[in-house]
Amino acid sequence: MASLAEFAGLTLAFIARLITGAQGHWIGSPPKAEQRIYFANHQSHFDWVLIWAALPRELRAITRPIAARDYWTSSPFKRWLTHEVFNAVYVNRQRTDDQDPLEPLLEALRRGDSLVIFPEGTRSHRGEPMPFKSGLYHLAEQFPDVPLVPAWIDNVQRVMPKGEVVPVPVLCSVSFGAPLRLEPGEDKRAFLDRARAAVLALRPTEPA
Amino acid sequence: MGELRSLTVSQQVGLLFVALFGVLALVTAIASLRSLRDAPPEVAERHQRLRRDLRAVWVGTVVFWVAWASGAFVATLLTGLVSFVALREFITLSHTTRGDHRSLIAAFFVALPLQYLFVARQHANLFTVFIPVYVFAALPVLSALGNDPRRFLERTAKIQWGMMVCVYGLSHAPALLLLAFPGYEERGAFLVLYLVLVVAAAQIAQEAASRWLRRRPVARQISRSFSWRAWALGCAAAGVVGTLMYWSTPFKAGQAFAIGFIAGGCGTLGELAMKAMKRDAGVRHWAGRTASVTGAVGLLDRVAPLCFAAPVFFHSVRWYFGV
Repeated sequence: MASLAEFAGLTLAFIARLITGAQGHWIGSPPKAEQRIYFANHQSHFDWVLIWAALPRELRAITRPIAARDYWTSSPFKRWLTHEVFNAVYVNRQRTDDQDPLEPLLEALRRGDSLVIFPEGTRSHRGEPMPFKSGLYHLAEQFPDVPLVPAWIDNVQRVMPKGEVVPVPVLCSVSFGAPLRLEPGEDKRAFLDRARAAVLALRPTEPA
Repeated sequence: MGELRSLTVSQQVGLLFVALFGVLALVTAIASLRSLRDAPPEVAERHQRLRRDLRAVWVGTVVFWVAWASGAFVATLLTGLVSFVALREFITLSHTTRGDHRSLIAAFFVALPLQYLFVARQHANLFTVFIPVYVFAALPVLSALGNDPRRFLERTAKIQWGMMVCVYGLSHAPALLLLAFPGYEERGAFLVLYLVLVVAAAQIAQEAASRWLRRRPVARQISRSFSWRAWALGCAAAGVVGTLMYWSTPFKAGQAFAIGFIAGGCGTLGELAMKAMKRDAGVRHWAGRTASVTGAVGLLDRVAPLCFAAPVFFHSVRWYFGV
């Protein structure tokens, strides 16, 4: 018997597929139930739902998004949606001195969950993703055995441009690339640039 | 074949679907037997393509059968869904901008459901003018309010075209159920089946003829296979299939041939126009290599000829028979 949260999750995935197709293209790595960190470009609020709907159903339960605690727990509905349906990892946006902001993520990784992160930190509205923030590097440093899978989300900015609430049906796809690992002794900036290049490389070429 | 006409509706339906599924099963069996043989890669690839096409035909036939079994309302609803998916594919490949967001929402979530509602509620006079008149006036206004003058004509034209082809055109297929021929009640679904089969026959025959004749293409930049002779053969095949089905329609045999000829020819010409569109958008198939990145499933490829044939079929029949 499926719970209400599971049912809501299936409904959301269905809607996402109806509106966008939400096709997953596994170019560099097969979908596999192992612990992974997915990292992708970030253009819209819809991104997480799209990645989630593009994953096979078995992988959805063990793959968790990151949500800002102050915003996503501010009402019972938002809390229910992020906690019960998506099983999100909450992070604090305000940096406090006594706590590492990455601590909740590390905690989730220690438990064996997979994560989806958007290393740009915020939504970018131009075609190219912005430089990656260092969180990805720190996660890679502390969990060297977890494969880092780059993903490119295509077309989603046309579904829901900034400031709009109703999505327009346009086909979107998520391309998953070959996993990266942090090389021994690799510089932080070099690694982040390499990661960003891996995401960009998955971008489909524009039709001539 | 005259005696087939005297059968009851349900007997005719049964006969048609048994024949249809029988032919399909036979073709599928032959195709899968042939694919078992060792073959060079290019032949194997052709088999694969054939199998994919066959699967699409199976899905189409089953959907059609379900629609039939569950009545006009469900049939209209299903066509509406196909329209939605086709329009989604069309819009994905035409470059609209943020300024078009509101008009796209209106197109998908207001105009499309309304059009099919009018068909389902049998407002024959309203549904034939709703999109060309009212939606045509409303969408550019919404786009203009989006405050973006760049390539305005191009963008609005694309949305309007998508609406005409994917929604207006396709909605004429379930609208055939509305045509009230005297002494032909409750048989509108045969007309839909007639249209679908005739258009499919024209496509297949034209494809086969162009491969066999190898004529010089008329418009090389757009289609490497389209030639007038192949097109005429396709039309003729459509006419023959139409004649074979005359017993299930309100037409006489000669009329069935002529109408099949016209509808089939329209469908294949529409396919050519759609090919030009695709060339413009930079894809060969809607589900080709580039488009597969956007996740397009190639549905538009399959329904495009029907989108062009259905309105012509509907209105020519309506005008000629005065129904």
